Amino acid sequence: MGALRRFLDSDVFWSLRRSPLTIVAAATTVACIVAAVFAGWLAPHNPFDLKTLNLLDAFTPPAWTERGNPAYLLGTDDQGRDVLSAIMYGSRVSLMVGFFAVMLAMTLGIALGLLSGYVGGKVDAFIMRVADVQLSFPAILIALLIDGVARAALPREAHDTAALYVLVLAIAASGWVQYARTVRGSTLVERNKEYVQAARVIGRHPVAIMFSHVLPNVMGPVLVLATLHIGTAIITEATLSFLGVGVPPTQPSLGTLIRIGNDFLFSGEWWITVFPGAWLVIMVLAMNLLGDWLRDALNPKLR
Amino acid sequence: MIAFVVRRLLQGVVVMLVVGFIAFSLFNFVGDPVSLMLPPEATQADRQAMREALGLDRPFYVQFATFVSNAVQGNFGISLRLGRPVSALLAERLPATLELAFVAASLALLVGIPLGVYTGLKRTAWLSRFFLTASLIGVSLPTFLIGIFLILIFAVWLGWLPSFGRGDTVMVGAWSTGFLTVSGLKALVLPSITLGLFQLTLIMRLVRSEMLEVLRTDYIKFARARGLTNRSIHFGHALRNTLVPVITITGLQLGAIIAFAIITETVFQWPGMGLLFIQAVQFADIPVMAAYLCLIGFIFVVINLVVDMLYYFVDPRLRIDRAMAEGH
Repeated sequence: MGALRRFLDSDVFWSLRRSPLTIVAAATTVACIVAAVFAGWLAPHNPFDLKTLNLLDAFTPPAWTERGNPAYLLGTDDQGRDVLSAIMYGSRVSLMVGFFAVMLAMTLGIALGLLSGYVGGKVDAFIMRVADVQLSFPAILIALLIDGVARAALPREAHDTAALYVLVLAIAASGWVQYARTVRGSTLVERNKEYVQAARVIGRHPVAIMFSHVLPNVMGPVLVLATLHIGTAIITEATLSFLGVGVPPTQPSLGTLIRIGNDFLFSGEWWITVFPGAWLVIMVLAMNLLGDWLRDALNPKLR
Repeated sequence: MIAFVVRRLLQGVVVMLVVGFIAFSLFNFVGDPVSLMLPPEATQADRQAMREALGLDRPFYVQFATFVSNAVQGNFGISLRLGRPVSALLAERLPATLELAFVAASLALLVGIPLGVYTGLKRTAWLSRFFLTASLIGVSLPTFLIGIFLILIFAVWLGWLPSFGRGDTVMVGAWSTGFLTVSGLKALVLPSITLGLFQLTLIMRLVRSEMLEVLRTDYIKFARARGLTNRSIHFGHALRNTLVPVITITGLQLGAIIAFAIITETVFQWPGMGLLFIQAVQFADIPVMAAYLCLIGFIFVVINLVVDMLYYFVDPRLRIDRAMAEGH
């Protein structure tokens, strides 16, 4: 209760109340996450239950159109799967991959950034050089390459089971640089402060100093970066899945759904593509707006 | 100056060696080339003979040196999927990608700069706000969705423009161009908008913020005090000073355009290098992947190098900063 009280009195909440756009964005984000997490209960159909699928229902247009069926609000795809339910299940995969990729990128970036900033010298020069080189290539290309290499390296049978992990790894590996740079910058400042010197004098282990003293003081910007990164990670995942190198078709994400629907664009079944696409855009836009707001709200200079 | 160029060149060579090493590892450690090339009933002696013929029994660094010297000569072997030399495949596809990238980049510059100037000068006009909001949505839209929506509207619903392929192409020497036929030009419209839109919004926002920054400086105030016309202040003084970062970013984005062409080419089935690469990834066609990797790496290294040097020439302040940092 006290924590809630404190949150309601805080500057952050005050700034949230003043921006209607942010409230809409926050509500949309929460709605998308709830729809994804509780897809099993909330979705009107189970798109993966082969028993309930009926090929006669295939290509039903959205409910408000002439041939529409009220049971399928956003229509059905080529196999008679409910588009709305497929979107809810699909956004679960998208969110999960995005979330874990960001977590992994953050962990990797924090560890390397702390090491780089705290140890300095050759280690620092090496890590930052790698970061520079990686930054000169677009993230999507790096993710694509890692994905491609893993595909070539793994035996064909293992593709589907490993695909999600490979995807998370590929997106994370393409995104760690920003965290490392941010953490390194703040660590360079924190390293010379008195509390760190004190800890060093007491004789604490450098690793302990890095993680339990320096890290809490450099986390702020990292968290903001992470909120903004989730949207990008979800788009990267969708792009890779759309290109056919992302998640396996047995567990379609939003990108896979768009890819499937793309084949039917010309025969007039636009809803199979447009709704997953719109859902993706709205979800990412809401998350980006929320991240933008958080960055401004946590930055005292801008107030 | 020479030291700067030499250091950047060396750095470029190191990056290329790393890229080459990754490509080389793809060849040698991903899958066994011997079992790929021999029938399953081959004996151990056959394998050994093959191994020796391919030079796989030699030390690792000798193999890498051979790979590098082959790569420098453009010899990447034969595509596993198409059974043709990789270098010929890439050379065939290169014009399609470069033409698309060129049109997209021109579009981004020719539309992005005027929009940036307009939104920078008329900050409160509703049209400016509209452009800014639209650009925010443009950034949130993934490239492939822009492509799909454009196809849906202009190819499927309105039927104005083709949705896939390059149309008719004409061979000019060894270069197949789509610029000389009507269907080729029509086929370029949607893919180049798709590819250029993100860069367009980027350039617009960049020009806008640079304009706002420059308009606050003393020399603009002084120009106003001298009684120069608005037109001369805005275009002769302000815009000219915003162009340095624009040139740099556009140069760096050229690489991104070629990389993002992978997505655009997939959406529009554009027969360029990106489509070739994506098919190679799906089929684990390692020679094509390795060659594309080296080519893209090379393009990026060259672009970065050129932009760095351009920056050095265009912005004298950088020269002084660097000289001071190095203690010359």
